[in-house]
Amino acid sequence: MVVATRQKITELELHANSVRQNIIRSLLAAGSGHSAGPLDMADIFTALYFEVLRHDANDPLWEDRDRLLLSCGHIAPVRYAAMAEAGYFPIEELLTLRKFGTRLQGHPERVRLPAVETTSGPLGEGLAQGTGMAVAAKLDRKSWRVYVVTSDAEHQCGLHWEAVMTAGKFRLDNLINIVDRNFIQIDGNTEAVMPLEPLAAKYHSFNWEVFECNGNDIAEFLMTIDRARKVKDRPSVIIAHTVPGKGVSYMEGDYTWHGKPPNKEQADVALRELQAERERIMARA
Amino acid sequence: MWLCASCKPNANGLWRVPKTVMAAETMQLVNYLDSEGIKQVPTRNGFGEGLIEAGKRDRNVIGVCADLSESTRMEGFKKALPEQYIEIGVSEQLLVAMAAGLASAGKIPFIASYAMFNPGRSWEQVRTTMALNETNVKIAGAHAGVSVGPDGATHQAIEDIAIMRVIPHMTVVVPCDSVQTRKATLAVAERWGPTYLRFGREKSAVITTEETPFEIGKAQVFREGNDVAIVACGILVYNALIAAHQLQEEDGIDCTVVNNHTIKPMDDAAILDATKRCRSVVTVEEHQKAAGMGSRVAELLAHEHPAPIEFVGVDDQFGQSGDPMELIDYYGMGTGSIKEAVRRAYARKK
Repeated sequence: MVVATRQKITELELHANSVRQNIIRSLLAAGSGHSAGPLDMADIFTALYFEVLRHDANDPLWEDRDRLLLSCGHIAPVRYAAMAEAGYFPIEELLTLRKFGTRLQGHPERVRLPAVETTSGPLGEGLAQGTGMAVAAKLDRKSWRVYVVTSDAEHQCGLHWEAVMTAGKFRLDNLINIVDRNFIQIDGNTEAVMPLEPLAAKYHSFNWEVFECNGNDIAEFLMTIDRARKVKDRPSVIIAHTVPGKGVSYMEGDYTWHGKPPNKEQADVALRELQAERERIMARA
Repeated sequence: MWLCASCKPNANGLWRVPKTVMAAETMQLVNYLDSEGIKQVPTRNGFGEGLIEAGKRDRNVIGVCADLSESTRMEGFKKALPEQYIEIGVSEQLLVAMAAGLASAGKIPFIASYAMFNPGRSWEQVRTTMALNETNVKIAGAHAGVSVGPDGATHQAIEDIAIMRVIPHMTVVVPCDSVQTRKATLAVAERWGPTYLRFGREKSAVITTEETPFEIGKAQVFREGNDVAIVACGILVYNALIAAHQLQEEDGIDCTVVNNHTIKPMDDAAILDATKRCRSVVTVEEHQKAAGMGSRVAELLAHEHPAPIEFVGVDDQFGQSGDPMELIDYYGMGTGSIKEAVRRAYARKK
């Protein structure tokens, strides 16, 4: 049971704010990369690393850890920033993002940074690998869970649905898929590019338990995760509605920020806005 | 004692084994020249037997199949070790990616389908989730080559060696007969690393025995001669041996025949050794001439020891329906075609 007191939520919101600021800093240092998705998933990754996952930053490959897979590898900056925030590596290392020799590759590579669990970037492959891990856990009667973060647009990949069907067949109640439902992809709105709706009904029809929540509300997300973890005999999907570019006014809701980083002036504005938000969170508490 | 028509008693009445068959004796081969007596067994049977054995030796060995358990010969494993078997239906991309997940959690998944789809359909998943991700997944590509026969071009994988050997970290193994396929399956299970194991559907000559050694990455000299080195893999190793024998009888050309079963990591030393001795090379594979095993040999020789080389394989075409051996002959991989290639290579020697 995830107990989320008001004080706990405030702590998590402050961590999420730091994660957002560090996303902006690392993207600025990299000079390329994706902005909108990492920002909109900062609340969920913070909640996962600080409240949901069974893990140990000092022993990243602990055998009984929960597995967190990032299927849409292009939003790696949020995962890296959340991992640094949770103590996996120094915050300063985030400034090596996308640079020669870094562990923080443009798209995550397990061999360079084993704690990311999989190598990802080519879309639609994460849930398939998560399904394999969840089956292995069942075979070995292990209690660890598999959490997969997917983008909405990668639901246009055939392979993803092969995995949805398979997880349904094997009744993988140790598998939770968290969908970043931000409605944007490189070429525009998902419903214009290739409609995904009715997305919840699709999962229902594949024998999944379906939840929806506001992915930018940490308390609501934690309550939803708690319900998903109680589901028996079937996998769960959480369709998390998020605002692309969340936290930076000029990026929010604008699909053109899917695949580009801020320049120096834009980054300064973003960091000022995020710092103001940080002060509001503290004032509320 | 390995006996054949070319073994003759000497003046003292003792049998003398000519040099050309010494290698066969060393390798403990059957008498492959006895066309009546030689057994014909599909290489896929060797995979099926090997997989059951591997699964019993190590319970982490998992069989994953995409709706072709009978024809890939995974059915025996499914019956013998049902708790280690996973059926996922017609989903070849998932086959690889899910197996990568299983391997990440400590399993040793063998994934089976036809080579045309596995790895033919799933190349990017193989590259990303298996090779770049360094997961211990074993691709079992069944029904490779034109010798699938009547199914036709859609089901005849003749580009698979090329697309697998070009990926870093991959191991590519193409055993020569059913007995060797069984040993290769066991060896692949025991050796860590992303691997492609290729085998065929049709019955083919069994030339090796239980006693024949097998080691991944170690090419085998099945016949020793000084004129032309024939470097072959898969079921065509048998054709190469027959061609070599006939060339000796008909032309006096004395060939080495190397069973080059591991295309990656290839036994460069053995290939160079044969090339230096013979000074010309013919490669033989049931695959496109482009980018396959022969091309790998040519890359090696161009760099280390340039020598005349001829390629036996499919010449930039698709296959079609027909009897397996009829197709092997039609697409230029029969014994006659190998002999012609050897004569060309021999003539090019200075």
